[in-house]
Amino acid sequence: MFSSFMTNAWLVGTVVALLAGATGFFVVMRGSSFAAHAVPNGAFAGAAGATLVGVTPLVGLISFSVLAALGIGASRRHRSDVATALALVSMLALGAAFLSLSAAYEPQVDALLFGEILGVSSSQLGPVVVIAALCLAALAAMYRPLVFQAAAPDLAAARGLNPTVLEMGFMLTLALGAALTVPVVGALLAFSLTVGPPAAARLLTRRPGVALAGSMGLSVLTLWAAIASAYQSDLPVGFFVGTYSALVYVAARATMRRHARRA
Amino acid sequence: MPHWLVEPGLWSNAAVHTGVTVGVVVAVVSAWVGLFTVLRSQSFAGHALADVATAGGAGAGLFGWSPLAGFVSGAVLGAGAMEAIGVERVRQRDVATGVVLGAATGLSALFLYLVSLNSTNSGTTQLVLFGSLFLVSSTTLWIVLGVSVVLSLVLAVIGRPLLFASVSPDAARARGVAVSRVAVLFTLVMAVTVGLSAIVLGSVLSTALLIGPPASALRLGRGLAQTAFASVALGAAAAALGVVVSYDSFYWWPSHRALPVSFCVVALIILELALVNLWRWHGARREAA
Repeated sequence: MFSSFMTNAWLVGTVVALLAGATGFFVVMRGSSFAAHAVPNGAFAGAAGATLVGVTPLVGLISFSVLAALGIGASRRHRSDVATALALVSMLALGAAFLSLSAAYEPQVDALLFGEILGVSSSQLGPVVVIAALCLAALAAMYRPLVFQAAAPDLAAARGLNPTVLEMGFMLTLALGAALTVPVVGALLAFSLTVGPPAAARLLTRRPGVALAGSMGLSVLTLWAAIASAYQSDLPVGFFVGTYSALVYVAARATMRRHARRA
Repeated sequence: MPHWLVEPGLWSNAAVHTGVTVGVVVAVVSAWVGLFTVLRSQSFAGHALADVATAGGAGAGLFGWSPLAGFVSGAVLGAGAMEAIGVERVRQRDVATGVVLGAATGLSALFLYLVSLNSTNSGTTQLVLFGSLFLVSSTTLWIVLGVSVVLSLVLAVIGRPLLFASVSPDAARARGVAVSRVAVLFTLVMAVTVGLSAIVLGSVLSTALLIGPPASALRLGRGLAQTAFASVALGAAAAALGVVVSYDSFYWWPSHRALPVSFCVVALIILELALVNLWRWHGARREAA
């Protein structure tokens, strides 16, 4: 399980899980799971488009996920869920069109959607670590204003925090993170890690700092368990990431209920 | 029909016939149900249920059950799980939907992997995600038609109380509307609708037809009946035209690679929304002048 060809999977997985845990903390706090689901799909369309035009996938990944994030962020004020849904279907439809025009073969599509963590090459490792570090730094810089805004939006606005600028900053970080995670764990599964473990961490503690650390820790544990299970059983990693993330949340709910009854 | 609009052979093709009919029927129900989805800000749940239905469909394929049963039971189970996790507050609803969606995509990954092990035909993933109107059998057509009629009737019965409960839940409760029961019933109707549209159109189009036409209609109509009519008309037009454009696009390039139906329909839905916005903006400017 720890043989040399698995080293990259463990390394990349850990970096991706740390980032997903940190991003997810803010996603759950702000109630923007739908955006967190939609943006990686923008990245998927971008990768498909890059294949069609013949440029490096990373260019397509970043430009399209940023486009999706800005589109969703700009219309945050009124009926944001409708704007998110429309951005999501537009991106997926574009991706479908790119794919059928370029006649990419199916394993490529599956890899973009469900990820290919066991096939990560050493050359992919460097960019992943750099972009993840950038995103984590950006989140650290936005930590105080974002928590403040979530706790007391009116007060935060009165103190001069511009909600639109914050929203855009957060969405851009989300987009950059998505561009990074999509080729590794896939568009559909980058999302599971972003919601399950962070939601569990927030249930277990009220203090934001502890919740953030707990979210990153639970996310890493979830992914490690998923990689180990996938290695042992020969089933797709995505299945384990999805189910374990949901299980972590259900377990946290059960713990909460026991505590509440005892109190 | 003029030749420049419709390429030859469109209407003589039986698969296209069935495809257009099913597309329009599903578009009509989706636009009617979606009106309430948009009003109740349940777009995320509406989209997630399509993905959950996809997991059900892939699972059914694995065990050799009817895919239709798989899609619909998957959606209903997903709706039940979302309700069980808790949907009282908007932010909780967001997380509940996200957790169910994450678990369902995990299951999809497993089922699709197992299906790909057992069968030699490729393209399952894309078929499940993007659907294919041209592969609908005529038996499916009748089932879809029947279920659609039942769904529309249920929604017609609960429409008024549901609208009341969506706009002001407290006032509705005071007037004796069983708010939570109506809400659960609506989520079920939405789940079956989405499951149905996900099997014939794929999960992408399912969301597009559920959210797009109602979003345009809500900017046009006044009153429930008028808005519902606009929504249904816009949805049906986008679905029918989308199939035609997709069919035509086969002849646009020398390579003969047709644009997928899902892309054409989504493009038309976005175009409708843009035109409606333009019209509203124009009207507002004229009023101001």
